[in-house]
Amino acid sequence: MSASTETETDVAPPGLSRRPVERIISAILIGLACVVLYDSYGRGAGWDNGPQNGFFPARVGWIFLAASLFILVQSFRSPASGVFVTYEQLGQVVRVLGPLIVFVGLIEPIGLYVASAIFIVIFMAVVATSRWYAIALTAVLVPLVCFWVFEMQFRVPLPKGPLEAALGY
Amino acid sequence: MDDFNSLLAGFQLALSWQNIGFMAVGVVLGIIVGVLPGLGGPNGVAILLPLTFGMDPTSAIILLSSIYWGALFGGAITSILFNIPGEAWSVATTFDGYPMAVQGKAAEALTAAFTASFIGAISGVILITFVAPLVASFALRFGPAEFFAVFLLTFCSFIGMGRENRAKILASLCIGFLLAAVGLDSISGDLRMTFGSMELMRGFDFLIVVIGLFGVSEILLTVEEGLVFKGKQAKIDLKVVLRTWASLPRYWATLLRSAVVGMWMGVTPGGAIAASFMGYGLAKRFSRNPASFGKGNIEGVLAPETAAHAAGTAALLPMLALGIPGSATAAVLLGGLLVWGLQPGPLLFVEQKEFVWGLIASMYLGNLAGLVIVLATVPLFAAIMRIPFSYVAPVILIVCAIGAYTISNSIFDIWLMLLFGVVGYVFKKLDYPLAPLVLALVLGDRAEEAFRQALLGSGGSLNVFWANGLVGTLVALAMLLLLWGPVTDLIGKARRRGRPEPRPAE
Repeated sequence: MSASTETETDVAPPGLSRRPVERIISAILIGLACVVLYDSYGRGAGWDNGPQNGFFPARVGWIFLAASLFILVQSFRSPASGVFVTYEQLGQVVRVLGPLIVFVGLIEPIGLYVASAIFIVIFMAVVATSRWYAIALTAVLVPLVCFWVFEMQFRVPLPKGPLEAALGY
Repeated sequence: MDDFNSLLAGFQLALSWQNIGFMAVGVVLGIIVGVLPGLGGPNGVAILLPLTFGMDPTSAIILLSSIYWGALFGGAITSILFNIPGEAWSVATTFDGYPMAVQGKAAEALTAAFTASFIGAISGVILITFVAPLVASFALRFGPAEFFAVFLLTFCSFIGMGRENRAKILASLCIGFLLAAVGLDSISGDLRMTFGSMELMRGFDFLIVVIGLFGVSEILLTVEEGLVFKGKQAKIDLKVVLRTWASLPRYWATLLRSAVVGMWMGVTPGGAIAASFMGYGLAKRFSRNPASFGKGNIEGVLAPETAAHAAGTAALLPMLALGIPGSATAAVLLGGLLVWGLQPGPLLFVEQKEFVWGLIASMYLGNLAGLVIVLATVPLFAAIMRIPFSYVAPVILIVCAIGAYTISNSIFDIWLMLLFGVVGYVFKKLDYPLAPLVLALVLGDRAEEAFRQALLGSGGSLNVFWANGLVGTLVALAMLLLLWGPVTDLIGKARRRGRPEPRPAE
């Protein structure tokens, strides 16, 4: 990570710079701290024959608020240079994250096993262009192995969908 | 003597066929987990934890701690052959390990690294064997105030000794505490910070957070750099092993120094990473030939590995004796104790003698088994790294999702895992440390309980935290550790003043 700041002088690869990201994150943290304080004081953070249930979170919340404010101030004093992520890297990350979100979204309606097969197909087709039979083989084998390990050996039921129901599980 | 007998009984327990089997399986799984990017010690243990719910606690912890040893060994393989540190504490191993591999001395480097790890780990286990029972019996006198003081000490040493930005360490700790507070409050029985959401009622399970923060985010970081790893070949034969072993006694001073540094740093939390760098730095400073470091000096492999493993093992000492883990993986193991119905803390040594000594005995055996297995199978594991990442990554992600789901059979948890994966990615890129977050999340409820009980006993007066010598010393020590970092920074800055700064520091 620190290496990316070194290459700044010659050819800076275009990307999101670090400073605004740093500020956005500290702003989110400040927001969270405020939510915590609001909730804790709303339920009572004082003393009622003992510490009330908001007592401890409220104190941690104040420290949290102070720390995130400090990080925000720090980001203004830090040098402006520095890349958080280059667009090329971001593209790679999105190409993994996208299929992953689709995968998690599919688990509910069609079950984990079929979703994993679809996930592997999308992932291997989008992220790395593998040969079609390699993709097909992986997409079939991995869910089958998972099914054998979890469903049959450890007897851990995983989310199943219409296909498994049709097969009698 | 009593402890010695308990240890022997522990060996008997750990040497049952079943437990030896778990040990071997654990070590192999651990090495795989250590070698693969995206699966580290903490998150490998977290994924497998739900599968051990029904097991006997002793067998379960032998399995899981063996994964830990295996992961420690596995980290060295990627550091040396691929110049990719598998864990943060293997970073220093790459300095000399990879140059050695480039020079064709990969086998020597690997043998040295594994043996050094073994020596470090065994010194850590010896420390645990002799010191942990003493600490535990001492801690039996602790009341809530003392316990809170020990928690405070843990968190303060994180902030004071950490290498990252201190405000970020503090923020990370606070996030952990607050996540721990979400859901049902165990003392009053009220719901906290759920904002009417049914899913949040259960609170945040630390296992989900660990799988997201350490697993998913690691994959995202890895794909940034593209999908191909280029590594050096390695094949270890017995001749090289014996030759390297024969040369080791020459470096006894380095090994001893690193082991001591590691044990010391391991007991204070967050120490393994610092310990590996310190071990490396000290070996370089005391070396007769410091210029050869970084160019493939075998001492540069021995020193950080010994220190890191001594620290990684010693991190289990406070976990066993006080119920306070010294590293992220130890925190996950501690969470396991709770899951199996064991109450961590000093009473463990009294009430669960068999479990504790079985675990300690398994540490000796597990490391020995680890050394043998890892030496025998390096080519196999190096081959795993050559499987294209486009095959490995989806499988790792699917396994992470399954791990997150099985904890409480909830699809919402998989979404949470995904969320924490993105959070972990952003945090890592912005240098927010993740280990304090996990530690605070695991310890949050118990720290809060100790705090509230202490205040309840004193009627709300904070004086309870320096009411007697013991608690006063602990709190004073905590403050000292907290201020140690900032003060040394200031001194360093004052010294540097007057000299021209090479470039504006961060």
